[in-house]
Amino acid sequence: MSKQLETFKTHLEEFASKHKQEIRKSAQFRVQFQDMCATIGVDPLASGKGFWSEMLGVGDFYYELGVQIIEVCLALKHRNGGLITLEELHQRVLKGRGKFAQDVSQDDLIRAIKKLKAMGNGFGMIPVGGTYLVQSVPAELNMDHTVVLQLAEKKGFVTVSEIKTSLKWETERTCHVLDDLLKEGLAWLDGQAAGEPQYWLPALFSELCSRDVTPEEASEMVP
Amino acid sequence: MDRFVWSSGLLEINETLVIQQRGVRLYDGEEKGKMDVGILLLSTHRLLWRDHKNHDCCIAMPLSQIVLFEEQAGGIGKSAKIVVHLHPAPSNKEPGPYQTSKYSYIKLSFKEHGQIEFSRRLSEEMTQRRWEHMPVSQPIYTSTTSQAGRMRAVGIVGIERKLEEKRKEMDKNISEAFEDLSKLMEKAKEMVELSRSIASKIKDKQGDITEDETIRFKSYLLSMGIANPVTRETHGSGTHYHMQLAKQLGEILLAPLEEQGGMMALTEVYCLVNRARGMELLSPEDLVNACKMFEALKLPLRLRIFDSGVMVIQLQSHSEEEMIASALDNVSEKGSLTSEEFAKLLGLSVLLSKERLLLAEKMGHLCRDDSVEGLRFYPNLF
Repeated sequence: MSKQLETFKTHLEEFASKHKQEIRKSAQFRVQFQDMCATIGVDPLASGKGFWSEMLGVGDFYYELGVQIIEVCLALKHRNGGLITLEELHQRVLKGRGKFAQDVSQDDLIRAIKKLKAMGNGFGMIPVGGTYLVQSVPAELNMDHTVVLQLAEKKGFVTVSEIKTSLKWETERTCHVLDDLLKEGLAWLDGQAAGEPQYWLPALFSELCSRDVTPEEASEMVP
Repeated sequence: MDRFVWSSGLLEINETLVIQQRGVRLYDGEEKGKMDVGILLLSTHRLLWRDHKNHDCCIAMPLSQIVLFEEQAGGIGKSAKIVVHLHPAPSNKEPGPYQTSKYSYIKLSFKEHGQIEFSRRLSEEMTQRRWEHMPVSQPIYTSTTSQAGRMRAVGIVGIERKLEEKRKEMDKNISEAFEDLSKLMEKAKEMVELSRSIASKIKDKQGDITEDETIRFKSYLLSMGIANPVTRETHGSGTHYHMQLAKQLGEILLAPLEEQGGMMALTEVYCLVNRARGMELLSPEDLVNACKMFEALKLPLRLRIFDSGVMVIQLQSHSEEEMIASALDNVSEKGSLTSEEFAKLLGLSVLLSKERLLLAEKMGHLCRDDSVEGLRFYPNLF
């Protein structure tokens, strides 16, 4: 096999010499490249020591992105409990990368996150309203939790009656799920809302109506 | 820039936000706008921009104003831009930041990147033209153009031609690249099949293959990025590379581990190590595979997986009993502790301090009070 490997390596080197820039510059090319690798059963990001990584430089691109994703999630965990929209994550990672770095697409982020799962720590993605919530803590989120998150996505908050009406749940199940979210720090309770209490999800706060909270401020806000 | 009108920034019913990007500066043609940097928003009907400091300063433009747009790559000291070519402003336009403009195009300068996604979405919206069949309550002024009577500035035709050429050129390059990529993938596929046949041979004659050959095979798989189906038992997916890595980690992690109380989450280690390396970074799997070899190589570190799935690296010297005993002491001293309080006390991350408390609880030394106010641990007096 080693002879075949050497031959392949030569082909890869040739490819790299012509198209290495394409990988770095074109998000579309990266997607195509990744999809093709997946089809034939090859994971170009499995190891930094792999040919793909060494010669095409795909590895460093995604592994570095992984570091940036982890750092953003860690920095915001006190505020959103470890749940963040893909959009917000994208924005913050871009900001952190600085002016001179390469732009990254959401697809790039998703692939980097998939690789991070290998390290435990509950990195996962929950589909909500056409996008994803990225989970970076090992909270046990089952189908009930997920569907409540999806319900809350439109307004950023949800109430007990909304859940009961939309999902046709009994009170006990509703309160149990909401309590879980509160305990994990994924939801905040607004007991002073007109009508009934509202359960807000910081992960879904839009740019336009929130400001950054320090960890100290956050711990003061816990009921 | 005279196509923009002042706006409250509120979306109409039937109008949906598609994407937003901060750190964007608007140019009136070639001139830097009098506006500062702000947030650019794309909805199904309009392009909006809001000043990042003064949220009251918000302007909007219907998407129907857009003829076409092109991307302008960034360079050293220059941000990437999207050049948007516009129809002339209609006479009944509401007031905006600019009365007149000598340019028929604007530039969106992405100082904090995000142009890839924005461009993609803008392209989608311009193709779908959802504003045409989703009427909104407040009439957003539409430009007085129709398919037939399109009034075009002379320059537009030239630009369209240039864009078409650029597109063809790019397509040619891309298709060449894709062609080469396909050929490469064919060869890679052969490698995958070869590896599969070797793997099954190894499985069959388990006794006849030497340790050495197995290790060599594993490193081939590693180079190609092919999942190892066979020898998962011996050293996991470890290869010489991972053994070397493990030894390196054994050295560089000692000091940080001591500082952090003997334990670090694997994600923290990943960031620490890769930040230090700068290039030739480790993949998450590289790190995990190297850590799995600590025990076999008799290094003073261990990879440990908690029930919650959290993976940590632990100093061998940090005995379990010691940790649990000290956790019990701390909790008893304070009466009770939450993970946050414990974390602050020890200078650890909340995640790891929670794991320690859970461990002490598992061993029967602590018990919990679980309420919406948080998880609090008490000494177990039962």
